[in-house]
Order: sequence, then structure tokens, then C-alpha cells
Amino acid sequence: MVVANIVQAVTMGLRQELARDKNVIVLGEDVGLNGGVFRATDGLYKEFGPNRIIDTPLAELGIVGVSIGLAVNGMKPVAEIQFSGFLYSTFDQLLSHAGRIRMRSRGRFTCPLVVRAPYGGGIKALELHCESGESIFSHVPGLKMVIPSNPYDTKGLLAAAIRDPDPVIFYEPMRIYRAIKQDIPEEEYFVPIGKANIVQEGDDLTLIAWGAMVKTCQEAIEKLNSKYSVELIDLRTINPYDAEAVISSVKKTGRCVIAHEAIRTCGFAAELIASINEKALLSLHAPVVRVTSPDVPFPMAKLENYFLPDVNRVLKGMEKVMSF
Amino acid sequence: MTKRVLKEFKIEYLQVLDENGNCDEALMPKLSNDEIKKIYEMLVLIRVFDQKAFNMQRQGRLGTYIQFKGQEACQVGSAFALKDDDFIFPMYRNSGLLIARKHPIVQVLQYWSGDERGLKSPQNVNNFPISIPVGTQEVHAVGAAWAAKLRGTKQVAATYFGEGATSKGDFHEAMNFAGVFNVPVIFVCENNQYAISVPRKEQTHSETIAQKAIAYGFEGIQVDGIDVFAVYKAMADAVEKGRSGKGPTLIECFTYRMCDHSTSDDASKYRPKEEVEMWVKKDPIERLEKYMRKKGLLDDLYKESIASRSKDIVEKAVTEFEKMPAPDPKDIFKYVFAEMTNQQKEEMEELFDNQ
Repeated sequence: MVVANIVQAVTMGLRQELARDKNVIVLGEDVGLNGGVFRATDGLYKEFGPNRIIDTPLAELGIVGVSIGLAVNGMKPVAEIQFSGFLYSTFDQLLSHAGRIRMRSRGRFTCPLVVRAPYGGGIKALELHCESGESIFSHVPGLKMVIPSNPYDTKGLLAAAIRDPDPVIFYEPMRIYRAIKQDIPEEEYFVPIGKANIVQEGDDLTLIAWGAMVKTCQEAIEKLNSKYSVELIDLRTINPYDAEAVISSVKKTGRCVIAHEAIRTCGFAAELIASINEKALLSLHAPVVRVTSPDVPFPMAKLENYFLPDVNRVLKGMEKVMSF
Repeated sequence: MTKRVLKEFKIEYLQVLDENGNCDEALMPKLSNDEIKKIYEMLVLIRVFDQKAFNMQRQGRLGTYIQFKGQEACQVGSAFALKDDDFIFPMYRNSGLLIARKHPIVQVLQYWSGDERGLKSPQNVNNFPISIPVGTQEVHAVGAAWAAKLRGTKQVAATYFGEGATSKGDFHEAMNFAGVFNVPVIFVCENNQYAISVPRKEQTHSETIAQKAIAYGFEGIQVDGIDVFAVYKAMADAVEKGRSGKGPTLIECFTYRMCDHSTSDDASKYRPKEEVEMWVKKDPIERLEKYMRKKGLLDDLYKESIASRSKDIVEKAVTEFEKMPAPDPKDIFKYVFAEMTNQQKEEMEELFDNQ
């Protein structure tokens, strides 16, 4: 066991996979000697050399597009995009190609690619450094979308993503990169893609979150001081999501709050609610409540606290669903 | 203070066969008589195919089809310099290239009829599915070539695109990565003078496409794209260069689209008749025939036998294509991920159990 935060867990996951498979390579801007702008690849350049840990030109479309070609011809590229807000210039590559290669070639070619990117707000960063675009990528067939919320899951999910035979977008919660420390095994383990984590069991209401919002939700639950018995679900994978975990929990509690940093309209809560309506409507005692950011562009630092859902808004959401 | 020339550049143009079929023997690539005949036969075959596919579209037997008439030499000449396990990353105007790369004709027809099974590359041949969004495939070729370099497989990757694609940022990023990582990739630009209706001059202010390579630190060459020997030679040189670790090449094949952009286009609206007539006279197949006649490699009998054999091959493929059973509708779920997701399983059940 070793104590690690989320960034260190990323490094551990990468190191484990680089050591296991010589076709795994890490590429991106400043990932080499510099060790990445968030230090996620710290020390790897020294350990694995410039042919495995590769500094690329400053070109996101190029990084992802070239990684697709690398993946098609036998490599396992793990591309780093410095902030998820810079992923949008790669969208054509991800949507038009990465997610369609297996389908279009009827399995003759595949694209086992991982694209890592820190996401989310709350650190007073510059514009477009705070985005939560998980719904956008989850609306692309053929892409998987994974978001860990703690160091243990980060290492286990990253290892699973690297071994996944299909393209995976791996969002890392920037706000809590260093906020959570956990004992995590140095030896190999996996957290399977597509499986939610029941963080705590409860009977009164189901609270669903992912990424950095899981911590916010935990803090809100603490503040409740056992007023309600809350079942907290960390979704962990947005696409394909664990519908079974969501449905069985909602059937049990009859009440549900979904909290995410992304804006409300077409946010992933909407998909979860549709699924609940289809499969657990008659178990509901109250409409499902969404705690999300409003439908506006992510504001700059001075106003971001008004935009992002916080502990109080999650608490309000829980009160709303309980008092219906 | 000083002002001096830091660097000067030049761009070469290569033509081996002139329009009358006269060959510059000093530039002629090493090709046996049998190989020349094979090249000729492939040129004829893909032209017969192209015309047949066009006719079938008009008869409602195919969907939208993208013709390549006039560009046969670009596609056959370059394909002949590649090995099966080299990669191609083609564009939509590359049906001829696919056929020259052992893609069964029946599959090419399948693709243009709206059946993705047509894109499945034959085993041991690396034909990547053609790219529909313009110029988005060049970066893939760079990645595949880079993988070959990292894994030591000795493969090269070739990507095909038109001059219009060079206006996109993707082209820049691909060329830049190729130069920086010195990978065995060949950029084959089929400069057919028009991106649908927009002429080359309105696409870029560069005098040639080839010169764009200079900015990325590698060689670019312009070849007569209607001269199959010139294309073959430039490609063979670039392949050899790539395999021996000397990096990428940009080949600009200077050619002409002797057809409409697609079966939905009418090029007479934007191209002067005289211009089209001037180019059509340069025809790649007629030019090679003139050369072969002089060399004693072609007579009327041979020419007719190849024409009729090509027709037979294509007709046979058409018959086979029209007998092919429709694709299994469940295929649309089968190949998205290695394993279907629970959501997909439910959707599949809903879609097929309600019918």
C-alpha cells in the first residue's frame, strides 16, 4: 500500500501499464521532461525514455488524430490533453473516426486509444480551463467516457481504460487532484469500466454524482448529520453507465437527486432520469431533482462559485426531494 | 547588421512519359515488361469499373458514387509501389486505389450501395476505410507510420487527399507531426485542379502543393499525375526513403478530374468546355498505350482482350454483388465496441423484438 492522491494515482497507473506492455506510450504537450503541467507523468520520461513518453507539437487535433493511427497499427497510445476545454478541436477525430473504426471496418481495425484530460471548475483557472463535457462525449457512439473520483479508482480505472480494446475518454477531476489521499495498492488491480460504486448505502434517497462532485456530495451528506439515510452512488463511468445500480437503488429509496458540474440542458442527469422513468417510475415518491450548473458559459473565476453546484445546493436538492 | 539569404529551396517536377508516349529512359523506373502490362491492365480495369459504377448509379443500382476518371495513374502508379501490409488511408475518390490494392470489386460496389461490409479490408492487406470528411485521415497515416517505426515493422503508410484538403488545419498538423517525428509516411496529393467547383488558385496562393513540404522540413515533389511511370517512380523513391528511416515525402500528382465531382454534381456549370477537352487529350491510359505500342508491348489484339477481360471481371463482380444477401441488421450493434453494452443490448432487443 502506498498513500497517493489522484495525480499520483494517474502516474502509478501509467507506470504499471508502461512496464507491462511495451506498446503502451504516453504522448502530449509537456508530458516528457517536464512531467506534465499537473505532474501526472512526473518521472516517467526518466524511467521509460523519449520513445515511450513523448512530447508532441502543440496541436490537440494532431495528438488525437495521430494517436488514432498509432492505435490502428498496434500501439496503445495514452494521449494527454492539458485541459478538457482543449479537447474540442479533436472532436471531429473522436466522432468521425475513433468511435467508428471498428464499425466501419467490421472489426478489421480497432482503436484502443485513451485520451486523458483534467476537467471541471473550482480552481479559479482561465477561461475554457474548467469544462465538463462528459455528455458531449457520451453522445458519441463508440466512445467510452470514464471519470474517477478518488485515487483508488483512478489507478484501477486508468489501467482498465488502457487495456480496453476501444477508445476511452478519461476525465480527471482537476479540483480534487490533490485533495484526497488514499492508501492504494502498488500491485496491479482494476476497477471495471461500466460499474458504479455504491459509496454508502441508505434508504431515504439516492444521490448520484461522479468526479469531483462525489466529494461535494459526501460533504453535503455529512452536513445532513444523519437527518436522512442517503445512498450515494459514484457513477464512475458515464458511458456505458451502470443503469442497474441506479435503478435498483431508486427502486429501494423512491427518491433521487443527481448532481453534476455540467450545465443542465442535455446534461447526463437527463439521461439518467429518462432511464429511471422507463424502469422505476412507479417507485418514485417525488420527481428526480437535478443539481447542476445553469445553462450559461462557464464564467470566469470571480463568478464561478455562483455557477458551480456546491454543498449547499446539494443540500437544498436533497431537502426538495424529501419534502415533496 | 547584415542581410543575407538564409536558405534557398527548389521544387522538382517529374515527368517520364510525355503526352505522346515518349519516354525519358534516364528517368524511367525499373519495371519489367510484365509489370508494365500489369499496370496497364489495372488502369483499364479501374476505368471500366468507374464507368460501370457511374452507370449503375444512374440506373438506381448504386447510391451516390464518386468517380475518379482522369486520376487512374495517381492511384495505380502509387499502389504498385506499396506492399500489401503497408497502410493506405484513402479518401472517397479512391475506389481505383482500393481495387489496385486487392480490395475485391464486389466490396467496393457494396460500399457505394450503402453497405459497410464493403470497407472491411482483406486479411493481410491494410486498406483503412476511406475517409468521408475531407483531409481528416492524414493524421492517421502519420500515426500508423509512426507505429511502424516504433515497432520496427518496416511498413510505410500512404495517405491520399485532394488539393482542397491542403487548406484544412488537419493537413498542417499531420505534415508537422510527420516532419517532427520523421516517420515513414507518404502524402499523396491528387491535385485534380478543383475542389468540387473551386479552382486550385482559389484554394491556395502557393504556386505548387509540393512546396508546402518544405515548411515542414521534408521533401515535396510535383509529378505529372497523368503519367503512371512518374507517379510510380516518385512513390517508389518515397517508399524506399521511408523504409530506410529517412522520413516522409509529399507527392503532388498534377492531374485533372475528367468527370463530375460526384454523381450529384454537374461540372459543366463551373468548368469551361475547352479546358476539359484540353485535359482529356492527355488521358493516362492512351498515353501508356502509345508507349507500349512503340515498345511492342501492346497491339490491337491485346488491347481488345484486356478491354473485354476487364469488362468480364467487372460484370462478374456486379452479378456477385447483386446476389449478395443484405447485411444482418444486428451488425449495427455488433461492431461498435468489442462487447455490446447493456444499453445496446436493450436497444437491440427493442428494435428487433417489436417487428
